[in-house]
Amino acid sequence: MQMVDNKWLPRLGGLLFLSALLSCFGKGDRISYSEDVKPLLNQKCLRCHGGIKVQGEFSLLFKDMALAENESGSRAIIPGNAAGSELIKRIKETDPELRMPKEGNALTETEITLLEDWINQGAEWDDHWSYVKPIIRTPEIDNDWIQHDIDRYILQVMQQNELDVSPRAEKHELLRRFSLDITGLPPSPELADLYLAGILSESEVMDRLLQSPHYGEHWSSMWLDLARYADTKGYEKDAPRSIWRYRDWVIDAYNQDMPFTQFTIDQLAGDLVENATADQMIATAFHRNTMTNTEGGTEDEEFRSAAGIDRVNTTFEVWQGMTMSCVQCHSHPYDPIKHEDFYGLYAIFNNTMDADLDSEFPFMLEVRDSLHANEIDELSQWLGAENSPVRDQVIDPGTLRSIISPRLIPALCDDFKNVLISKWGGCNNRSTLANNQKDKKYYLLYEDLALDELTGFRFRTKAHGDAAEIRVHKGSDDGQIICTAPIPESKKWRHDIFPVSETLDGRSTLVFEIVNTTGLQPDGLVDLYSIEPIYGHTPIAQETISQQDSLLKLYGDGIETPVMREKSKVLWRTSQVFDRGSYLAKTDTVFPSVPDLYHYEGEIKNRLDLAHMFIHENNPLTGRVYVNRVWNRLFGRGLVETLGDFGSQATPSEHRDLLDYLAVQFTGDWQWSTKRLVKEILSSATYQQSSDWDAIKIELDPQNLYYSRAPRTRLSAEQIRDQALAVSGLLTPELKGPSVMPPQPPGIWKMPYSSEKWENADDEQRYRRGLYTYWRRTTPYPSLIAFDSPTREVCVSKRINTNTPLQALVTLNDPVYLEAAQELGNWMKKQDGGTGEKIAAGYRRALFRDPTVEELQVLLRLFDDTMIAKPTPTETALDPFDLVGNTILNLDALLTKS
Amino acid sequence: MSLCNHTNSFYSRRDFLTRGSLGLGAAALGMLSNPAKLLANSGQLPAKAKRVIYLFQSGAPSQLDLFDYKPLLQKMHGEELPPSIRGETRLTGMSAGQSSFPLVGTPFQFAKHGQAGASVSELMPHTAKIVDQLCFVKSMYTEAINHDPAVTFLLSGSQFPGRPSMGAWLSYGLGSDNENLPAFVVLTTKDKTGQPLYSRSWGSGFLPSEHQGAQFRSGKNPVLYLENPPGVSPQSRRGQLDRLQQLQAHQHGTVGDPEILARMAQYEMAYRMQTSVPEVMDVSDEPDHVYEMYGEDSRKPGTFAANCLLARRLAEKGVRFIQLFHQGWDQHGNLPKAIKVQCKETDQASAALVKDLKQRGMLEDTLVIWGGEFGRTNYSQGRLTDDNFGRDHHPGCFTLWMAGGGTKPGITHGETDDFGYGIRSRGVHVHDFQATVLNLLGIDHEELTYKFQGRRFRLTDVHGHVVKDIMA
Repeated sequence: MQMVDNKWLPRLGGLLFLSALLSCFGKGDRISYSEDVKPLLNQKCLRCHGGIKVQGEFSLLFKDMALAENESGSRAIIPGNAAGSELIKRIKETDPELRMPKEGNALTETEITLLEDWINQGAEWDDHWSYVKPIIRTPEIDNDWIQHDIDRYILQVMQQNELDVSPRAEKHELLRRFSLDITGLPPSPELADLYLAGILSESEVMDRLLQSPHYGEHWSSMWLDLARYADTKGYEKDAPRSIWRYRDWVIDAYNQDMPFTQFTIDQLAGDLVENATADQMIATAFHRNTMTNTEGGTEDEEFRSAAGIDRVNTTFEVWQGMTMSCVQCHSHPYDPIKHEDFYGLYAIFNNTMDADLDSEFPFMLEVRDSLHANEIDELSQWLGAENSPVRDQVIDPGTLRSIISPRLIPALCDDFKNVLISKWGGCNNRSTLANNQKDKKYYLLYEDLALDELTGFRFRTKAHGDAAEIRVHKGSDDGQIICTAPIPESKKWRHDIFPVSETLDGRSTLVFEIVNTTGLQPDGLVDLYSIEPIYGHTPIAQETISQQDSLLKLYGDGIETPVMREKSKVLWRTSQVFDRGSYLAKTDTVFPSVPDLYHYEGEIKNRLDLAHMFIHENNPLTGRVYVNRVWNRLFGRGLVETLGDFGSQATPSEHRDLLDYLAVQFTGDWQWSTKRLVKEILSSATYQQSSDWDAIKIELDPQNLYYSRAPRTRLSAEQIRDQALAVSGLLTPELKGPSVMPPQPPGIWKMPYSSEKWENADDEQRYRRGLYTYWRRTTPYPSLIAFDSPTREVCVSKRINTNTPLQALVTLNDPVYLEAAQELGNWMKKQDGGTGEKIAAGYRRALFRDPTVEELQVLLRLFDDTMIAKPTPTETALDPFDLVGNTILNLDALLTKS
Repeated sequence: MSLCNHTNSFYSRRDFLTRGSLGLGAAALGMLSNPAKLLANSGQLPAKAKRVIYLFQSGAPSQLDLFDYKPLLQKMHGEELPPSIRGETRLTGMSAGQSSFPLVGTPFQFAKHGQAGASVSELMPHTAKIVDQLCFVKSMYTEAINHDPAVTFLLSGSQFPGRPSMGAWLSYGLGSDNENLPAFVVLTTKDKTGQPLYSRSWGSGFLPSEHQGAQFRSGKNPVLYLENPPGVSPQSRRGQLDRLQQLQAHQHGTVGDPEILARMAQYEMAYRMQTSVPEVMDVSDEPDHVYEMYGEDSRKPGTFAANCLLARRLAEKGVRFIQLFHQGWDQHGNLPKAIKVQCKETDQASAALVKDLKQRGMLEDTLVIWGGEFGRTNYSQGRLTDDNFGRDHHPGCFTLWMAGGGTKPGITHGETDDFGYGIRSRGVHVHDFQATVLNLLGIDHEELTYKFQGRRFRLTDVHGHVVKDIMA
């Protein structure tokens, strides 16, 4: 964890700040490249002289290129000498053929002066604001309204924009807001009573909510959008994937208030941490949420590469607010990130074992239940094991390997190349593009095997022809061949023994190579189930083998979760730049590195180093990007509106000082505690304002950019579902576990080549929270999609709220919502008093306040209308209470957080 | 309707709209509302087509057995594909390992039809009769060799998920011509198997979800949750909505948030859809001769033929982009039999749709597109026997046809080589095709952009050339 500070070079942040302060004083003052010049360049110049096009070999994006001699032999920028700089000459040129910019209008006098002054001042390059470590600059402002330092920043901006604060929200509004923002659910009636009666303070209410396990559920759903978490593989037939244990890990992490530092390390590199725990392994499934292509005839390596590219893009969008996806094809158009930089990052992710296999190998397996664990233990004991292979529910592959030792099976290998490893344990060399097949090598690797007295190997194989052989290399893939085994054609399993070619000793890595001697399929295809090194002359007894097979089957029956595992160095992949982003056009070899804009001098050799770089105290982005996400979730808009883009194309923000304050506190005093962060923001007077609009605010700030009122935002897809279930009393508050299938209309799912189908849960599982809904990427749950859930194919930072008639149809007509309405109707019926009192109770149950007189009158009229309406001859009319319930569940006030 | 349901999100459609110098604010961008259609009229290019009906043939029909006649293949039937022709092209893993690549001449009869003399196989007798209305592009090519990437590429401009589909782009760029129906409607043929469909093919990608295609299903509930629950009559629903609107109005009076008005408008729209959608889906008022023209199948809801008829009705109502998906063209094996079934299901109705639009004077401004995601190989996948063979995926060339909407009728654009393996002239890349479709709708494909993750994305990525030669 400890990093040495000198890994980060000093930067020009101070200068930036100074210049930002000065730049408002007019001509002749210090001009900042990033604040003043860069926005102009972005707009006028970078289209042709940026990261994509570099006309005349001149780019204004990178200092070295901008100051160098360009194609024409002249220098565009000579620091200190604007008059001599070609750039100035060209923008002042009167000949339209020569004048820059070539297209569009000439620069204005002011713009030209700005550039001249900047060059005359030395053409200093400073960093974009978000690449500079944040510092706290709290405004010196005070009044009674202020409850938290946050408010000082907001108040200052409000005052600059001639806005007044809004009154404090009413208690029932605050209560609902706290609860929806912390747990995603409305408050329980008990909590409501305690708070509204004044028994609990705001702070106590927040603490109770933060301690609720529903907190983790709510905040995970934000993270799961970023992690592109889903229950299927994504491409083509979109087959199921078992990765819900990762979703539960996120819930637990939030509930345990895991510091964001550990949250980062475990997900990006949990497998690389010394003595990684099972939880840390599961956390790495963050990056196993990439899609896997199981379509027939696809090239696995192509889609493995696509997953690698996605990992770079996602990692940098999630942790650094950096838009890497353009850099996979060319240098960044606006930010100083070079095309090669992308592949330096790609190299960091390029050496994990996963390879787009249908089986999604490698994975971690956990026991299903205690029965399963017992069976494993019994068999292990029979086989003479000293320790159970099951530890903390996890079936430890290392122990298992020692129990079946010296036998080796593919699913327990240390690494592989190109062979397809299936979940049941075996592998084959069946694949893929014949054009490449002749050059393709198929390897299975085991580390640290004993060689003393090794006489040969017994291979369990099937083969489609006589064209295949297995060669055993010592030490590495091109090491000395110690055994060559021509595999006989056989449709049934054979177990032939092949001798080693010489006497061996010591220990070594062995690489088993399956060679298709003709390159043709199916002639040279082999299924390899297991390898048994034979020591002395005695193979393992048949009875032992069959017991081992039973044990392996139990292993394969475990709950699998795909995880990240680093490859063995022997089979390390070379990383190359993809020209224009094309997987088919590999060029220069690259090594792990991070872009220069970090000025980072620490070693970056793997994902763990990268994770440490992210959480290093000098990293300018990690804290900012995360606090901004949280702010966005609470206020409906980030302090920087573009949550996934903190580069120079980010939406300009007047709230950068507040962002920096929150980032510094979050990463410092608040110790990366995500719960603390939420509570601090919720404690501010800013957050606790009323959300009502008034004429002045509509006029001066229709977008609420200055937070002079609390936001009114539509609830998320999950919240809308969860709230209807909670308010009606149907909600099954069970936590975690495999995803569930609440009712959806028939015919939504079409599963080709498979018997998978959507089976509506018919027990209380149908009332689980939206978060647990089985998520099939190519046909997601319709009522959640209607409310803007992303499909989870790629990382999504921000859901765009829409407002469509389809949403109205869901909350009016979807049987789930109707059932909730009926449950609420039944509940109302059972309340004391007359119809009015019953309806008022229902309203209160949903919104935590009494209806106004007018509102109650309208609801009563609705009730009466229904009572007098003649039922249709064919069907009984819906109970009036149910219709009132249905109406309450469609109130804007309910669908909105206000 | 839909006053300002995006007052809180200045997302960057505005960039596009203001660049089209329309000066529209961020307001008024509802799913069914239509300020942006102005773009087509006053925008950058003259629009020839107002709407598109895309008859997407999922799985990839064999161009060699339908449209791209290659006598050489018949002459060389059973002989090896010369390595010089195959070159270094990528093959899929399904046939790449074959020890032999025997050429297959089509077993079907081809004849020249119409004034233009377009060759069409005997499998498509109805299409053959309308060739003078069609514009064949025989030189389509793509980059992807497998279905999912290829469909995703053709319909979103990228092989990888995450981008908006073509229909979503048009909904975003042009809006709808009908306040009561979505701008983008998807119809899939019922009960087909084979290559799966992915909802991203009509998804909105990073665009707001209101632009995703609305799937209209056959049966009494064409749009999910359209029908009132049991026990709620239309009158009772109307009464309920009136009361609900009173409550929302009261709420608006208190808190002043214009989003409430927008929500009220959407509830009214939902109510109107409860009438307008069943109305357009109810084909019982179609006269018999129409059914006869589209074929017997058109009387069975959910068939391709019935969907073609619906497509015409939706087009009449001003739906901007209507996309049919018909699966089952993926003939890796057993091609001779299977392709007959596919043609029988699609030929008559596709031709009828073109004729019908023509008769109604709608073909001029309706662009009809017929085709799949790539082509099929000239060699047999698996064993070539006397009466059976299969064809693998072939990205190097394929045929699609277009009709109406400003395309030149009765022409064939582009040519493949004598082996039907590569393109001899005037190749049309997927991005070119997309640029051309947008152009026909009056959109400069380089201008229809959406800023996301710091970059302006467009359907054609950073490529695409409009194929002027096929424009009338």
